[in-house]
Amino acid sequence: MPIGDLAPELSVLLTAVAVLLAAMALPQRLHGWCAVVAIAGLAVAAGFTVAQWDAARMTFSGTFALDRATGWARLLILAMTAGVAALSPAWFATDRRHGEYCAVLLFSALGALAMAGAADLMQLVMGVLLSSVPGYVLAAYHRDWEISLEAGMKYFLVGALANALLVTGVILVMGMAGSTDYAALILVGLLFKLGAVPAHAWMPDVAEGAPVPSAAFLTIVPKIAAAVALFRVVSLVPEETFPLRLLVAIAAAATMTLGNLAALWQTDLRRLLGWSSVSQSGYALMAVAVAGAAETALQALVAFVGVYALANLLAFAVIAHLRGRTALEDVAGLLRARPVAAIALTLALLSFVGIPPLPGFLGKFALFEATLDGGLSWLAMLAVANTVVSLFYYLRVIGPAALSKPKDAMGTLGRASFTVILVALLAMAVSVPVWGGLWNGLPATLLPM
Amino acid sequence: MLTLIVLVPIAAALILALLPGIGARSARATAIAATAISLVLLVVVWIGTPGAEGFRAEAEVPWIPSLGVAWRVGVDGMSLALSLMSALIFLAAAAWPIELDNARGYYAWVAFLAGVSLGLFVTLDLIVFYVFFDLSLVGMYFLIGRWGHGSAQEAALKFFIYTLAGSLLILIGIIVLGLSMPELTFDMRAIIAETPLDPGGLAAGLVLLAFVIGFGIKTPIFPLHTWLPPAHVDAPGPASAILAGVLLKMGTYGLVRLPLQMMPETFATWALPIAVVGVVSILWGAIVALAQENLKRRIAYTSVNHMGYVILGIAVAGSAAGSEAARELALTGAIVEMVAHGLITGSLFLVAGAFWQRTQDYDLANYGGLAGPAPRLTALATLAAFASLGLPGLAGFVAELHIFLGAFGVYPWLAAVGLLGILVTAALFLVMLRKLFFGALPPKRAGFTDLDRGEVAILAVLLALVVLIGLWPAWLISLIDAGGLLTVLQGGG
Repeated sequence: MPIGDLAPELSVLLTAVAVLLAAMALPQRLHGWCAVVAIAGLAVAAGFTVAQWDAARMTFSGTFALDRATGWARLLILAMTAGVAALSPAWFATDRRHGEYCAVLLFSALGALAMAGAADLMQLVMGVLLSSVPGYVLAAYHRDWEISLEAGMKYFLVGALANALLVTGVILVMGMAGSTDYAALILVGLLFKLGAVPAHAWMPDVAEGAPVPSAAFLTIVPKIAAAVALFRVVSLVPEETFPLRLLVAIAAAATMTLGNLAALWQTDLRRLLGWSSVSQSGYALMAVAVAGAAETALQALVAFVGVYALANLLAFAVIAHLRGRTALEDVAGLLRARPVAAIALTLALLSFVGIPPLPGFLGKFALFEATLDGGLSWLAMLAVANTVVSLFYYLRVIGPAALSKPKDAMGTLGRASFTVILVALLAMAVSVPVWGGLWNGLPATLLPM
Repeated sequence: MLTLIVLVPIAAALILALLPGIGARSARATAIAATAISLVLLVVVWIGTPGAEGFRAEAEVPWIPSLGVAWRVGVDGMSLALSLMSALIFLAAAAWPIELDNARGYYAWVAFLAGVSLGLFVTLDLIVFYVFFDLSLVGMYFLIGRWGHGSAQEAALKFFIYTLAGSLLILIGIIVLGLSMPELTFDMRAIIAETPLDPGGLAAGLVLLAFVIGFGIKTPIFPLHTWLPPAHVDAPGPASAILAGVLLKMGTYGLVRLPLQMMPETFATWALPIAVVGVVSILWGAIVALAQENLKRRIAYTSVNHMGYVILGIAVAGSAAGSEAARELALTGAIVEMVAHGLITGSLFLVAGAFWQRTQDYDLANYGGLAGPAPRLTALATLAAFASLGLPGLAGFVAELHIFLGAFGVYPWLAAVGLLGILVTAALFLVMLRKLFFGALPPKRAGFTDLDRGEVAILAVLLALVVLIGLWPAWLISLIDAGGLLTVLQGGG
């Protein structure tokens, strides 16, 4: 068995076990080291990923696709998980189960890795469930806080339903020996991970109620994996047999519109980010809807999801840095109180809008191009209208933060969250000039499922 | 060379933004120096390439080769004239004395805006064009929102949302243009040579509509102008001068460069409706301006009126009707009007800024008789107002004469209706001058101080150019070379 092909996944698994053991053995004041171990393990996994960068083959009897799309998804998942892990020690410093948090985080990331590479429907189910179950725990980690419990409960209920549909769909598809009539059920399972209509309801609650590192993780990592997995599933279904791409296009339209309209009048920054994250999933689905119809669909999808992930990590890192301060009026005057955090938040939100030359623009540009090339101009125009609407609520955050006077001193979480902000800003800054090279490195095609 | 023109102000902005210890005086000096360097470099490009045809001073650096996007710069007569004017306006705005809190931030944004605005005029890549188009919105948003007065945040928000909506339509149009090329590219020269969407069809018509709406919001043309008055009224004086002098020109420049040059046949099909919109803007802007009692609002609406002349000129130039000479006249007039409007309205808004600096009041009813205490202000404001209403011997007249001569050759009835706008404009400026400077001086304006030497010097330079263009326009017209622009059209179409 080509066990080496799964070296990144195995390193994450072994690191998770090591973190768990360390958390049991270490006294609580030393639990911060668990995050260090986790990040080291993620770095090793990233090293293995890079070593397999040029691979393009099926492995484990055709259940796992080792291609460039898997490679990018792996790198993004590992990097984003590392960023979240770096936020966690300061956030959970007073939590008794602080070390175990990183273990749960790694297990969920492992599920995402499995999902991204899944070339087999059963493997896909396994990946979705493995990333979901620890996800419920992550969302409800503040177990004494009602809102966190509510977030976990909602995530669980929506997830249980969506995953049940996914499993049913997979069984029906397999039982009918390759008939794809039930692919729509599989679609629902993946739309849940993506936070897209009709399984989006958990997203704002998780963003608002889950611990900030969990919120960052759950709005980013499962999305990366689900986007790639969804693209694989959609590529599998020929357009003539079942209008799956049309369904995806409708889901995209509904998702971006609903997410943006719901975000308009939010007064809680985290909830606003949750709805914005829903709308961003809608944009990402545009690329899936033109799978096969536009040459650059997959490149655009990976590029867009990548820049979204970076901007979202940055936004949540700022919120964590500000000790979870989240009411909109509480961030007024941020620029004068905490200039770096304010600039980071502004850039993250403007990147969501797609203001050039931020990476978000380059991602959206690629998306628009693929969508127009694929012949879905109505969807592109809807995305334009949505982008204009989204500017309004992002400016409701940016305007007061940049232009008003602060009311209080605004405490911060410390060095770790500040470092995450700086690293994410640096990654954004570097990605723009080297975009041409990155774009050429993105996968144009997938291995067939 | 052209790259430096963009990079120097942006580098100055970065220095101002990152170094905390800079005081107000040195911040202002940095912004002045940066914009002055850009202006000098542009003059060097101008003098260094006498009589050149087509694009000059070209350079190219790859950015995203597989998508056909690159850093491409180069200027032709139209963009060189506009960037020279813009650099001058930015220099004047940076030099204009104004009391501010956080001057370092203010001058950083001014320098940043200078860089991106010049970048928009000198770039030859559509995606880079879009990048600069949007960045100018960001810069203006923060200038108005942070240093404006009244309900500045709302005005800035409205400005940003309106113009972003327009810019995204432009982006869609740009992508369709790029995709319809034989090989994906966003090189303006290639697209102008290929005119890939011609002859029109439904798709080309929709792309044209997207461009007209997108650039029309920025220009602004009726009925897409409603963001303009609040943005102007609440912005600080120099920012208004930049907004009117430079940012509005991006809309009209875009209309010439993209729809007119890249899809001429489609444009010709729709030239008449566009001309009608131009004439409506002329009349609407003039009549509404006449009704304004707020000094800045009144000037702001005259911008709608003047941009209407430009739109009329562009539409006439792009129509397939009439003689070629008429169309060339109209295009020359439109471009001269862009330059003249930048200089004249820029001066008028600086004058309005001088009023605000002294009294924090724009209401015309609260003024009168200022000719006594402020003779220098009176003289310069009167000159600028006369130029704006199109007095012969000043730049506005040259521009409007060309536009209407061209328009009579193509759409005589429309031109006749448009002429009414000039009458109303004359009335509104004369009334404004009377209310400000003549009659009895209200008691609360007793201590009104005249312009100081710095302010006089800046306005004098701008208005000297207005007089120069008015008396001897040949140098500007030969620089613009509208005939060359139209020849390219015929060659491509």
